[in-house]
Amino acid sequence: MPTRPLSPHLSVYKLSRYTLASSIFNRFTGMGLSAGLLLLVYWLMAVAGGARTQARAMRLLAQPLMKLVYAGLIVAFCYHLVAGIRHLIWDTGRGLERAQSRRSAWLVGVVSLVLMLVLAYCAGRAAAGPP
Amino acid sequence: MSLRSPLRRVLGLGSAKEGVQHWWVQRLTSVALVPLSIWFVVSLLALPSLDHATVIAWMSQSWTALLLIVFVLVATWHSQLGVRVVVEDYVHGAGAKTLTLVIVSFTHVLIGAAGVFAVLKVACAAAP
Repeated sequence: MPTRPLSPHLSVYKLSRYTLASSIFNRFTGMGLSAGLLLLVYWLMAVAGGARTQARAMRLLAQPLMKLVYAGLIVAFCYHLVAGIRHLIWDTGRGLERAQSRRSAWLVGVVSLVLMLVLAYCAGRAAAGPP
Repeated sequence: MSLRSPLRRVLGLGSAKEGVQHWWVQRLTSVALVPLSIWFVVSLLALPSLDHATVIAWMSQSWTALLLIVFVLVATWHSQLGVRVVVEDYVHGAGAKTLTLVIVSFTHVLIGAAGVFAVLKVACAAAP
């Protein structure tokens, strides 16, 4: 291995910093969404396979344990979306001061949490079927 | 401690002019995914049910099919770039890293192709 510093420099930061936690969680949720992409394409292929194939896939996708997966995907989607927008704002050179960055870390947490609750509520209503 | 890699010192070359390529495409796809992913989630939630007839009717609308294909392609591209960086950061050893990157690339091509194929199949079958 080269002796020059290579990322990730996990050991040089204080892990208690939530600015760091917000960055790691962005990566973590991104990986989760990649797995979600697999699920999406599986569903699309099942739909393309015809009514019977889709019905078989839906039985698998409607397993009670899958609710946990969907909850995870909602958390991942909302967080990654909001944290990603924070990254895009950073890319314009704005909000990089320490105080601003700490404030936006909190903001990302709060906004994504609200979004998660709204999405979970809507998904719950949609799953319950039309009134 | 020098920040230059040994290869850089040996070759004595400047930058390869492609240093920002990965970064730039990652941003480009994120910007596109903001409206695309919101559109996808909202339209999926707006469907009255997820049974076959409903989903087929939805997917065979031209705009839905088009946006679904773009969404799957851009999301797959974005995912590939993201997973690649994670592998480069956390999988150590040249052999294991290369092998993992090959698997990641192949899987993403398969995901993207399967998504496009599925939407096209449904949309074309329903075309008059």
